[in-house]
Amino acid sequence: MKALTTLIAMSGFLREYLTVLVFGAAAVAMVGAMLGAGSLLRPKRAQLQKYISYESGVDPVGTGWSQSQIRYYLFGLLFVMFEVETVFIFPWAVRLEDLGLFGLVEMVVFIAILALGLLYAWRKGVLRWM
Amino acid sequence: MTFAVELAYWQTTTIKVLVVLGVIPVAAIVLGYVFLLKMMSHMQSRLGPMEAGPHGTLQLVADGLKFIQKEDIFPDRSDRFVFGLAPVVVLMSTFLLYIVIPAGPRLVVEDLDTGVFFALAVSSLSVLGVLMAGWSSANKYSLIGALRAAGQLIAYELPLVLAVVGVVMQAGTMSLQGIVRAQSEGEIFGIGFLGNPFIFTQFVGFAVFLLAAQAELSQTPFDMPVAESELVAGFMTEYTGFRFLFFFMSEFGSAFALSAIGATLFLGGWHFPGIGGSLADVTGPLVLGAKVMLVAFFIFWFRFTFPRLREDQLQAVAWKYLIPISLANILVTGVLKVLF
Repeated sequence: MKALTTLIAMSGFLREYLTVLVFGAAAVAMVGAMLGAGSLLRPKRAQLQKYISYESGVDPVGTGWSQSQIRYYLFGLLFVMFEVETVFIFPWAVRLEDLGLFGLVEMVVFIAILALGLLYAWRKGVLRWM
Repeated sequence: MTFAVELAYWQTTTIKVLVVLGVIPVAAIVLGYVFLLKMMSHMQSRLGPMEAGPHGTLQLVADGLKFIQKEDIFPDRSDRFVFGLAPVVVLMSTFLLYIVIPAGPRLVVEDLDTGVFFALAVSSLSVLGVLMAGWSSANKYSLIGALRAAGQLIAYELPLVLAVVGVVMQAGTMSLQGIVRAQSEGEIFGIGFLGNPFIFTQFVGFAVFLLAAQAELSQTPFDMPVAESELVAGFMTEYTGFRFLFFFMSEFGSAFALSAIGATLFLGGWHFPGIGGSLADVTGPLVLGAKVMLVAFFIFWFRFTFPRLREDQLQAVAWKYLIPISLANILVTGVLKVLF
């Protein structure tokens, strides 16, 4: 019962996100409708050569899922770390007026640690192209 | 003033969906025609398309009609399910962006409390679609293009988000309507008739936002994911017809949406000095449209002016310059906000 009353109290909030869901569905519906309309109009003449992977006109060599050197790996790790910490900055930014000097000092410390992490990665050569 | 008729939730939602369904292709066509076809041509001393319609205005419509007639090809080696799904994911990300953009005091699909945050979160969904497209194509060009795109989009996601924090601090809210209101009611050194567009106080944030948006939209100088002289068409290489068109629509739809978010955050959105009340609902779309075109003009001007960066330079710009600058911007804004 309590859960139900909370749900009703939250219904305005939930309804906003229902719209988000509706819009997601509308995007899928639009793609479906356009492809459906297209299928009535477009030709379909199967020729084996059409379905070969494109490699500038030459027959493809090996598999398309070949191993490639992922230089972005460390950047990816760095990103995950920074992005998660960036998320913490947002609630602080909204409430800064109320938090005042105390909040500011806290955030200076937080960002200093963040910047120190970036500096460390920089000095370690992570940001250099390898 | 209120409307005489009260509409039910499903009715208003249907109207909103239809409006946005109409706005996205129109926005894509307007940006594509005005900037990509015409402005680029004139900046390069040529005419561009002139045949379809007066002065070539119908060129993109003609292109769309051409795309309808193209065969829908799935390469033999591709992962068919993911290959088909990828453009849907990319287009959905664009579509969801339009939910939070306000075009007037009451002209907004849903004024979410987390407005800016939602927009940034949703816009990064497109990375998933791009990676899916590149991987499922089973093509070397596509794979390299997708990896480049992923590396680039995540690198510039951070400065984009951090640049917005300064505005959120000044406005004290993440809702885009709230941010517009904060700008229209604010004043600069006691002068109130202009409001306080945050571009004056957050100029650094605006510059970082524009650069990062340029990279998020993979516009030249940051167009390595689709670099046509190296990778044919990057992650889109294997796509034909309508599925290719979805990527195109999403690219220009997102360009419009990000310009609109930039205009809302830094230029005051739908607010025009001296116009308020229900009149702003009428002028709002026009004012916002003009501001969007201004922001988009800068993005495309930049695009036509500079050559492509190298991949390592791209990462260096994001990590060594933009992120430290935007962190410093947050601190300076915080100190000024608390002191004054």
